Amino acid sequence: MDKDGQMLSIKELADVLNVSQKTIRRHINSGKIKSVKVGGVHRISREQVSSLLEVEEIIVDDLINIGLERGFPYDSKVPSGDLKNKWSKHKGTINLVSPANKRNIDIIVVGTGLAGASASATLAELGYNVKAFCFQDSPRRAHSIAAQGGINASKNYQGDGDSDYRLFYDTIKGGDYRSREANVYRLAEVSANIIDQCVAQGVPFARDYGGLLDNRSFGGVLVSRTFYAKGQTGQQLLLGAYSALNRQVNRGKVEMFSRHEMMDVVVVDGKARGIISRNLVNGKIERHGAHAVVIASGGYGNVFYLSTNAMGSNVTASWKIHKKGAFFANPCFTQIHPTCIPVSGDHQSKLTLMSESLRNDGRIWVPKNIEDAKKIRNKELKPTEIPENDRDYYLERRYPAFGNLVPRDVASRAAKERCDAGYGVNKTGQAVYLDFAAAIIRYGKEKAISTGQDKDNIDLVKSLGKEIIKAKYGNLFQMYEKIVDENPYETPMQIFPAVHYTMGGVWVDYNLMTTIPGCFAIGEANFSDHGANRLGASALMQGLADGYFVLPYTIGDYLADEIKTGPIKTDTKEFDEAESGVNKFIEKIMSNKSGKSVDYYHRKLGKIMWDKCGMSRNAEDLRSAITEIKALREEFYSNVFVPGGADGYNEELAKAGRVADFLELGELFALDALERNESCGGHFREEYQTEEGEALRNDEEFTFVSCWEHMGKDKKPKLNKEELNFKSVELKSRSYK
Amino acid sequence: MELKLKIWRQKNSGEKGAIIDYNVKKIDPDMSFLEMLDVLNQDLIKSGEEPVAFDHDCREGICGMCSLVINGSPHGPDKGTTTCQLHMRRFKSGDTIYIEPFRGTAFPVIKDLVVDRSAFDRIQQSGGYVSVNTSGNTVDANATPIPKPDADEAFKAAACIGCGACVASCKNSSAMLFVGAKVSQYSRLPQGKVEARERVLNMVKQMDKEGFGNCTNTGACEAHCPKGISLDNILNLNREYIKAKIRK
Amino acid sequence: MALSGIFLMVFLVQHLAINLTSLIPDNGYTFNKISHFMGYNPVVQFILQPILMLGVCFHFTMGIFLEYQNRRARKSKYVFHKTRSSWISKNMILSGLVVLAFLALHFYDFWVPEMDYKYVSKLIPAEDRYYHELQEKFHNSTRTVIYCISFVLLGLHLNHGLASSFQSVGVTTSSQKKLKLIANIYSISIAIGFTVVAVFHYFSH
Ligand SMILES: Cc1cc2nc3c(=O)[nH]c(=O)nc-3n(C[C@H](O)[C@H](O)[C@H](O)COP(=O)(O)OP(=O)(O)OC[C@H]3O[C@@H](n4cnc5c(N)ncnc54)[C@H](O)[C@@H]3O)c2cc1C
Ligand code: HEM
Ligand code: SF4
Ligand code: FES
Repeated sequence: MDKDGQMLSIKELADVLNVSQKTIRRHINSGKIKSVKVGGVHRISREQVSSLLEVEEIIVDDLINIGLERGFPYDSKVPSGDLKNKWSKHKGTINLVSPANKRNIDIIVVGTGLAGASASATLAELGYNVKAFCFQDSPRRAHSIAAQGGINASKNYQGDGDSDYRLFYDTIKGGDYRSREANVYRLAEVSANIIDQCVAQGVPFARDYGGLLDNRSFGGVLVSRTFYAKGQTGQQLLLGAYSALNRQVNRGKVEMFSRHEMMDVVVVDGKARGIISRNLVNGKIERHGAHAVVIASGGYGNVFYLSTNAMGSNVTASWKIHKKGAFFANPCFTQIHPTCIPVSGDHQSKLTLMSESLRNDGRIWVPKNIEDAKKIRNKELKPTEIPENDRDYYLERRYPAFGNLVPRDVASRAAKERCDAGYGVNKTGQAVYLDFAAAIIRYGKEKAISTGQDKDNIDLVKSLGKEIIKAKYGNLFQMYEKIVDENPYETPMQIFPAVHYTMGGVWVDYNLMTTIPGCFAIGEANFSDHGANRLGASALMQGLADGYFVLPYTIGDYLADEIKTGPIKTDTKEFDEAESGVNKFIEKIMSNKSGKSVDYYHRKLGKIMWDKCGMSRNAEDLRSAITEIKALREEFYSNVFVPGGADGYNEELAKAGRVADFLELGELFALDALERNESCGGHFREEYQTEEGEALRNDEEFTFVSCWEHMGKDKKPKLNKEELNFKSVELKSRSYK
Repeated sequence: MELKLKIWRQKNSGEKGAIIDYNVKKIDPDMSFLEMLDVLNQDLIKSGEEPVAFDHDCREGICGMCSLVINGSPHGPDKGTTTCQLHMRRFKSGDTIYIEPFRGTAFPVIKDLVVDRSAFDRIQQSGGYVSVNTSGNTVDANATPIPKPDADEAFKAAACIGCGACVASCKNSSAMLFVGAKVSQYSRLPQGKVEARERVLNMVKQMDKEGFGNCTNTGACEAHCPKGISLDNILNLNREYIKAKIRK
Repeated sequence: MALSGIFLMVFLVQHLAINLTSLIPDNGYTFNKISHFMGYNPVVQFILQPILMLGVCFHFTMGIFLEYQNRRARKSKYVFHKTRSSWISKNMILSGLVVLAFLALHFYDFWVPEMDYKYVSKLIPAEDRYYHELQEKFHNSTRTVIYCISFVLLGLHLNHGLASSFQSVGVTTSSQKKLKLIANIYSISIAIGFTVVAVFHYFSH
């Protein structure tokens, strides 16, 4: 402040407002803040600032828009202006790289699932040189392939009142108001384009008899906006992205590295400049340089050991960049999916999802009388023998408006509540029924009437109904029967919630860049769009939106400054260091000549996570989880045994690397859950619930993204908060009643 | 359950492999086949030996990563089932089970039961796509209605998971079913028709280059395909190929 | 491969038709007439016959080459391989080789003497000798048995071959089942037809 305390400098004002000086300058330039020049330096009069609140009012809108949140050290780069115009405006104003220069720029993409494959293809198409990595033997096998139910888009083909805004609103609300408005709106905006794109690629979506695209509805929304390809939507979309990727491989624009695992990122002068990878076939450690690194390595649900994720899904790539400076956001936001096949025994290696779409036609229930539940568990009673009146359709009872279609977190907790109360139905007591009998009759009758057959012939009606159910869910039913050995057309399915998706992930700004310049994160690997809970059919949408339509443009904003950099050399000291770090880790792991297997530790970690950081959490459990995970991690390093050598194919070694990172992530996960003293979305803290047992959010104190900063080995990570500001929606407590 | 396993062990592609005998105990009938192998591997690790390497990822029959020839049959004894979906209730205590890799010159063994199927990727790269830019600036998805029967047929062909069981089951190690499925998917859709000719010629050329055998229509591929890809796709491939050749 | 196969299958129908005329109880009159026509018509002799021979040669050379290629496509063999496909479809080379061996015998039996008669010894054309020669050959029970076994294998070869060749040239029938039915009818007729001729002449003299 100047001598008489009447004038503030830009820096002082910035400090007071907790925003960057750049912002203040911008506002001075635009005239929103009036300044006077004193000795060639801008000064803002005390009057202007007299009431800080007043000043805040002038610029608060834009402060929100440009994402310069109080106390948060990074710019989330959300463009200013009206929500609806942000993305087009941003696209129109960010820096671009000319086609001639793109040829000189290399980009590494780690992961070739929906997000990575679509990004690689598009970046290559734009002219960049892409090196893409995946640990499976082919990009087509990425975990995205397993998505069953569908992909959302605000096409409003059904004419049921859908729009970009509604999709945006549903997603924000479904995410329990813990996501960034601007990102979500952009997602809704580009969603329709995804469908056009995929159809043009030959993706065989389901169609109606008129030859037009068909839709179904999914949990948590009131419109039919989900596009699907039987129960194989993820497969068909991934094969579409894979084909686009293949086209670029054929053109020589993408170099594909299958069976390669990213082991570390290399940061040179604060910028991501490459990765260290391990060739999983011959064990060779390799260096790859690039002007930017994109992480598209999927989610970390496997920290729970048992999840619906593929066996190889891991956090390694995200975790390695976290340790080199990328913030990790909301690690505790995990989605527990309500409709999975229950655990059958200790041997269980993974859980299988039954698509959420089944809740369109299936009704969820448990017996009303605890005695019946006991009999069922002892196999003295069959579910079909329980009369309608003795069944408790608890979702329909508790949430009449949405019934069986409540969002996933709500459905999962309700199932847990019933099972904890003793009404669970399989031998472990950890299962509820998903029943199709009513739907079979309903569809059968409709069909009988429309084809002029006898609608009162119950056998005919049933068989017609089964045909229709089969056409809709045939492969899911078949999958269920193979695993459980029961025919779901005749007897209700048994289901139970299981870990399925992680909303948390690497923090990114509006451009999808992490806090390491030049390092980007897309798809499930980032935290961006789903808040504390993801709606069904939105992950595929986000992965493809990021990959096809967002990253390829926003990356230009960063790369525009890289056109003069020239090829990235990999014989530098930074690469040496990163490589030797990887080698040291491998040596350490391989040096134990006996001990427990990697799976042993993974299972143990999973059990801690499920018991203490699972569907419902409390401070005490979370604290003990942190201690237990720490201890387990120490034991892991001294006692894990990996047979064989490091110089060839060695699945155990690959797993050891992944589990080592899970053992670190698990701790942060618990810490995050502990710090978030509220219940929201998939994060349910027992201490914070209403009298009826519904989640109790705390918008006053927790409307922020928890952004964890790695502070070094064995140091407590630092929590940075990105405030979330909602301008276009009103924060309400979610009600699906 | 107790089982005798006869498993192909091979250190790497360069070295010779052999069948080695193992016994596993305490197998629960509700276990999947791969979980049974997990049990074996945990035992092996306990005794300081290297576990049996096998490919797998999703373990729910969709990624196409798992393979294995079980008692002479790719993906095991059940029809329409991948190895990871096979459950031990299918076997009896005391059974002897042969486990071998998918074999074919175009599928070299990497280790034990893990084989290299990248030849499939290269076939796809040679033409298994529609050359449309990914900018999203295309026509509205509903601008071209596709008759449901065509859409359904294309979908059925697109259900292929690229596992390679067709090659593994074929006495000739032919990849015609795999290639046929992809060619048929696109040939049934208006979007795919434009490049139909180049696609089929390039894919067949690449297929031959990879060293797959010739199709003599034994039908083993269809019978072992976990996704029920029909022989009609081979017929369609032949037709598209001949058409493409004639038009040349 | 498929085209040569189809061509050979058409030829077989014609061959069988002529052979069947030997069953007509007119003491070989019709059979002799047709055989003579076939034997001395220049179009048949100098155009169709060489094409047929080339067709056969092409077919089995290709067959053997294909088998060689296909074996190379799996250098490391299965210890245990049991797939869900018919025996004959997997053993076309075997049935083919038997048919080839048979063809050698068949040539030795009929074609070689015929060539000798016509072009080496240059005997005068006689319209009534064919039926007689035919009956002579089937005197021998070993020969008849060999012929019959070969016909069965030929039938099997064709049973797979017909369906296979249609598939290979991309010709559709409305269903795989129908194609299989046609293949069954054709192959059984051919096998039975030739066998009946052979057996008839064995017993009829
Ligand atoms: C069973 C199931 C069903 C689902 N159904 C739906 C649905 O119906 N609708 C919906 O919208 N969403 C669904 N989801 C969620 C959705 O499928 C995923 O969130 C999404 O596919 C993630 O895509 P991705 O591209 O981010 O990552 P992934 O598809 O997981 O791809 C990760 C990629 O990274 C690679 N990778 C990972 N680590 C490394 C490393 N260290 N080095 C090198 N490469 C690495 C992998 O090889 C892979 O290529 C479902 C999820 C599951 C589990
Ligand atoms: C009168 C004699 C013969 C007839 C009518 C005949 C007919 C056929 C037909 C129709 C096919 C199927 C072709 C295809 O699917 O592409 C076939 C296949 C085959 N034939 Fe013959 N054949 C005869 C003799 C032979 C001989 C002498 C051999 C000797 C090796 C042979 C070997 C094969 C083989 C290996 C195949 C398998 C190839 C395939 O199925 O494509 N055949 N034959
Ligand atoms: S056609 Fe069938 S067997 Fe062959 S790769 Fe595809 S799914 Fe596997
Ligand atoms: S492991 Fe994915 S299909 Fe078997």
